Amino acid sequence: MTGELGQLALCFALALSLVMAASGLTGARANAATARGIAHGATMGMLVFIALAFGTLTYAFVTSDFSIADVANNSHTLKPLIYKISGVWGNHEGSMLLWVLVLSLYAGLVSALGRGGPQLTSAALGIQGLLASAFLLFILFTSNPFLRLDPAPFEGAGLNPLLQDPGLAIHPPMLYAGYVGLSASFSYAAAALIVGEEGWARAARPFMLIAWIALTCGIALGSWWAYYELGWGGFWFWDPVENASLMPWLVATALLHSALATERTGAFRTWTLLLAIAGFSMSLIGTFLVRSGVLSSVHAFASDPTRGFFIMVLIFCAIGGALGLFAWRAPTLKGGAAFDTVSRETALLLNNVFLVAACAAVFVGTLYPLLLDAINGEKISVGPPYYAATFAPIFFALLLLVPFGPMLGWRRGDLKEAARALAPALGIAAVAALAVLAIASPRFLTGVCAFAVAGWLIGASILSFIKRKGARASAFAAALAHAGLGVTLMGVAGTTLWRSEALTVLAPGQTMTVGPYTLRFDGVTQEQGPNYRASRAHIALMDGARVQSLLTPEQRIYPAEGQDTANTAIRTTGFQDLYLALGDDRGNGRWTLRAYVSPLAPFIWLGGLVMAFGGMLSLWGRLRAPAQVPSAVAQPAE
Amino acid sequence: MMTPKKRRRLAFAVAVLAAGAVLAGGIVYELGQNTQYFRSPSDIAANQVQPGIAFRLGGLVQQNSVHHGSGADVSFLVTDGKGTVPVEYNGVLPALFREGQGVVALGVLNGTGTFVATEVLAKHDEKYMPPEVVDALKRSGRWKEGGT
Repeated sequence: MTGELGQLALCFALALSLVMAASGLTGARANAATARGIAHGATMGMLVFIALAFGTLTYAFVTSDFSIADVANNSHTLKPLIYKISGVWGNHEGSMLLWVLVLSLYAGLVSALGRGGPQLTSAALGIQGLLASAFLLFILFTSNPFLRLDPAPFEGAGLNPLLQDPGLAIHPPMLYAGYVGLSASFSYAAAALIVGEEGWARAARPFMLIAWIALTCGIALGSWWAYYELGWGGFWFWDPVENASLMPWLVATALLHSALATERTGAFRTWTLLLAIAGFSMSLIGTFLVRSGVLSSVHAFASDPTRGFFIMVLIFCAIGGALGLFAWRAPTLKGGAAFDTVSRETALLLNNVFLVAACAAVFVGTLYPLLLDAINGEKISVGPPYYAATFAPIFFALLLLVPFGPMLGWRRGDLKEAARALAPALGIAAVAALAVLAIASPRFLTGVCAFAVAGWLIGASILSFIKRKGARASAFAAALAHAGLGVTLMGVAGTTLWRSEALTVLAPGQTMTVGPYTLRFDGVTQEQGPNYRASRAHIALMDGARVQSLLTPEQRIYPAEGQDTANTAIRTTGFQDLYLALGDDRGNGRWTLRAYVSPLAPFIWLGGLVMAFGGMLSLWGRLRAPAQVPSAVAQPAE
Repeated sequence: MMTPKKRRRLAFAVAVLAAGAVLAGGIVYELGQNTQYFRSPSDIAANQVQPGIAFRLGGLVQQNSVHHGSGADVSFLVTDGKGTVPVEYNGVLPALFREGQGVVALGVLNGTGTFVATEVLAKHDEKYMPPEVVDALKRSGRWKEGGT
């Protein structure tokens, strides 16, 4: 019964999304108030039905209703409740349903917040309706989560054990909130092109912020998961799947900055529209890369070629349609406002140039292997050195310039004054560089530079906060986000340059040393989890002859899925991680053990949190004072 | 005569084009430097691979070929039925590393034809093989649909 209910709800949602598209786009005309009313109603109706369908599927997973194929293929009665729930989106069909649920939530928010004029909102809802109907068609025709199995199996096949982890339970919804959040600014941009620009950047800002915050948190979570679950000690592998989330983040970051200028002074009008389109395009391409099975990874669910084809057509229509609309309508819009060579706008322009360049480098590195495979069947991979040589210097140059932006005035800035104001930050940078020279060994030039830049970023953030004390929340928010970059940079530099590593085969009772730590191997025991068996190593962290504490890295085997995972043991001081991963059994009680000491590793994710917090503060400031229209003339230095 | 605004725009356009050209050049150069090709043992048997250049080797771990050293070092043979390559590795083997199963290793050939691996991956479960390995086995005629 539940399956049929869910299916019916999806059909109703599809009908309502079509109504929403038609009435929303009709409502873009001035005298179509009735159509606008219908569009708002249809939006809420669609949201209710999609939520109902999602609730139905969740219920089927929680109650282990194996008569539904999706549940039988991806769940198991022995799974803990949290993983039964996260199993809803731990598979292709359910994850697409989550995608449209988030899309309809954003449509509901657009309708409820109703920023911008009524025509703009209506047209934006129309575009959201078009997107929703395309994805609902995709679900109903190629990825229906409610298909029945007859007879129903007695037990389910289980969920990929790598996904059975608290971090990964919330990672996909978080990333989707980011990916799909960019659909709102996409819809607003398309609506602005249809209606004729009417303060869309301001109307779309809360959605850009929500999407950016969610992407930041999602990427940080994914990277943290890779760190402690994969057992390689790294935090970022330049895996195409990771890149698929990084590209929308880079474009969203560029969009946040460019839209700020558009909103405040009217600069970069058309460029901001293009970025909004590009942002969601990156999300769609990311989804295609991750979900279509083009890439082999834990994230690839769909191996059915019709799905890949459908998604490709969908991407082509969405991106092509939006770009077509842009080419047709953008020339009719007012050009961007003028600004001086030395001004906040120029700083934001440089920010955009570097971010887009960084994104281009990642894009080429990610798609080149796919392209080559398609052309001549040659299998290649592009390794981390490529990204170290392209992405890293571009991003580093960007970080050098970040502090200038907030110190320059809109339209016309004073470089000398900005330099004077930033002088103390230069001092902080020098102190950071000297501290690294004094403390760290071996000495790396890149490390010294990285810490100098981190000091520069954090110092400048503190200065800009002091300078703009009493200013709006947005000033503090920007300072926090920029300081977060500095914190992450320290973490990245610390772990990549100064990580010590040890790999040993140990028999029980033997010891090993890594960095300042001495570890004693006390053997491996076999443990039984709810749906896995674990080989658990018992490692004593020694302080002379005394046992200081015990660590238990594990290797788990999930019989239902026939798969293994590494569960590392990490002991952190906040400034340094001791990281242990159990390797393979070498017989006679001997095991390989991999140990890392990673200085400043927690800073990587702490910086991400600080950035996200900055975004939240900015969002809070926005939602609290919706009526105030800031004037660039009234607050020249803000 | 150009107005100052036009001159500024022209200067900006030239700067963006120049930066774009540098970026494109850099990307193409670095791609060429850092591309790792995927090779099968039969490619190596056919002398298609130069020593000293990093690449990915994929195939099946030959039965009874895994030998552990005294430390973390291990050696084994990778085969695709037509060619066989000896592999040396010092590190942790993935949990799913098994004789007779698919494997992908990253490393270089040394002068004597031994593949020195820096990373060994077995990104698959009991039902799944890395697609590159499947391809390599298909080319050498060792692939059986539905069972491995």
